[in-house]
Amino acid sequence: MSGYVESEAAVVIDGVDKVFNAGSLDEVTALSGIDLTIGAGEFVSLIGPSGCGKSTLLRLIGDLLTPSTGKVTVFGKPAHGARLDQDYGMVFQHAGLFDWRRVAANIELPLELRGWSRADRAARSAEMLDLVKLPDFGGHYPRQLSGGMQQRVSIARALSFQPKLLLMDEPFGALDEMTREHMQLELLRIWRETGTTVVFVTHSIPESTFLSSRVVVLSPRPGRINSIVDVDLGERTDDTREDPAFFAKATEVREALRADEVGA
Amino acid sequence: MKGGRTLRVVVTTIVALLLVVALWEGYKWMGGQTDDHWPGTSIELPTSTDDLTMPHATDIAGELFEEVRDGRARLPLYLFLLKKGWYTFQEAAIGFSFGLAIGLGLAILMLRWRVAERGLLPWINVSQTVPLIALAPIIVTWGRLNDIPDILSISLIATYLTFFPVAVSALRGLQSPDTAHLELMRSYAAPWRTTLFKLRLPAARAYLFPALKLAATLSVVGAIVGEISIGTKTGLGRAILEYAQRYAVSPERLYASVVGAAILGLSVFGMVNLAERLVMKRTEGVERADRVAA
Ligand SMILES: Nc1ncnc2c1ncn2[C@@H]1O[C@H](COP(=O)(O)OP(=O)(O)OP(=O)(O)O)[C@@H](O)[C@H]1O
Ligand SMILES: [Mg+2]
Repeated sequence: MSGYVESEAAVVIDGVDKVFNAGSLDEVTALSGIDLTIGAGEFVSLIGPSGCGKSTLLRLIGDLLTPSTGKVTVFGKPAHGARLDQDYGMVFQHAGLFDWRRVAANIELPLELRGWSRADRAARSAEMLDLVKLPDFGGHYPRQLSGGMQQRVSIARALSFQPKLLLMDEPFGALDEMTREHMQLELLRIWRETGTTVVFVTHSIPESTFLSSRVVVLSPRPGRINSIVDVDLGERTDDTREDPAFFAKATEVREALRADEVGA
Repeated sequence: MKGGRTLRVVVTTIVALLLVVALWEGYKWMGGQTDDHWPGTSIELPTSTDDLTMPHATDIAGELFEEVRDGRARLPLYLFLLKKGWYTFQEAAIGFSFGLAIGLGLAILMLRWRVAERGLLPWINVSQTVPLIALAPIIVTWGRLNDIPDILSISLIATYLTFFPVAVSALRGLQSPDTAHLELMRSYAAPWRTTLFKLRLPAARAYLFPALKLAATLSVVGAIVGEISIGTKTGLGRAILEYAQRYAVSPERLYASVVGAAILGLSVFGMVNLAERLVMKRTEGVERADRVAA
């Protein structure tokens, strides 16, 4: 616990377990005894070996799953209420754009559902396209874009209604190293400009270290929080990646992951 | 390349037509040479090739311009068939529309309630095992008892054939969006109806259109079978029935009307194709590998 007062917290996870298919032969305990508080405006990464329950935890925050025990609070209300209030935006590993909608229309989808006028929607999607550096692609169809461009559109879509919370599940997983590093900087810029809270799932140690103010290290199944690494590297630039302090932090995360392996 | 595409369709159609005529005439010629046996054997051909069984393609085509009686008027056969075909087309179109509506409705019902899927799907499947020939008179009799115009009864028979492929493929299409898309809509707290209209229905189009092409041709079959079993005074089915009875006198006429029915089937197929291109245009603009390679 990092000592945030309740009102400042974006997400409070309190004693959460998640068991899939309880009581049947394929029962899986995905998460066990999760306590985590994420402050408003924080950038928190969840890292851990495959199958440890990172996506499950993210889905619990987004109320796409319900906990078996414990409770999840988002901006002071139950996760369910936060979802109904559309307090968060979600970005998945695959862009998940609608093929039959032009890029601009994809970005405007959440606005459409909220009943925005056509003019307001067009203005906002143009703004978002600028933000993700795709100003000329509003009229394209998703399949005419590269994977990295599609992912940027999906980020623009998640940000279009300016959610206070952004949930991202390995959004850069499918990208090459160059694009990925570029996108990381873009994301940090957007995060600074919008002041939103980000929960970011990743497999990558350098990525989690580079992006976050805190890295939450999960143990293998059943997922538990074994340690939280505070990362204080100031404002990130490309030079940060070669900074000894950055390496030191990455090593710390790596060792926390190793400790989990041994400990589990 | 819109123009190139149309040209290609026209050229392939003509080539295909010429090929059919060439095969027909070639087979006929061969039979004439060998007295209806496979060349160099004593095995008989499956059909004899005399002018009564297989009239010349040119005679069939020529028959189209012969005058026939239509009530008190006289007009060339092709105009007569066009008139009858138009009537049959209307029946088929009504039947197709009903079939589309009912099929879509059933699919949405089955999507909404799992119980409905379990309860309905077997019956939908069973419905298609009832032979049309047995069903048609029942629908017609029932329709006449209830003062339903014949044209609607016939359409109903066409509906019976068309709703099935629509229901089955629409259900598959509505269920096709992947978890990420559904979770996205859930994250927007989108109500079920919104998810249906913004996600499930658009995603279903790609599954629906192949079924609609099938349904369109089936609706013509249904309408013709309906006409024949109802014994209406009009429609292509009626013409086919009449000319079948007078086959011995002029076989060309029956062939010509069958060709008419085939053309009608092809036309409705083409219309659905066109509709597909209009509706699905939105995802075009992607250079596909097959086009690049061609
Ligand atoms: N819908 C589900 N039904 C049943 N079991 C599930 C479901 N979703 C996840 N699980 C199980 O829960 C565990 C955690 O899955 P999860 O997807 O959260 O892992 P992850 O950490 O995101 O893995 P990865 O890094 O490979 O994405 C796995 O063992 C998985 O089999
Ligand atoms: Mg995952």
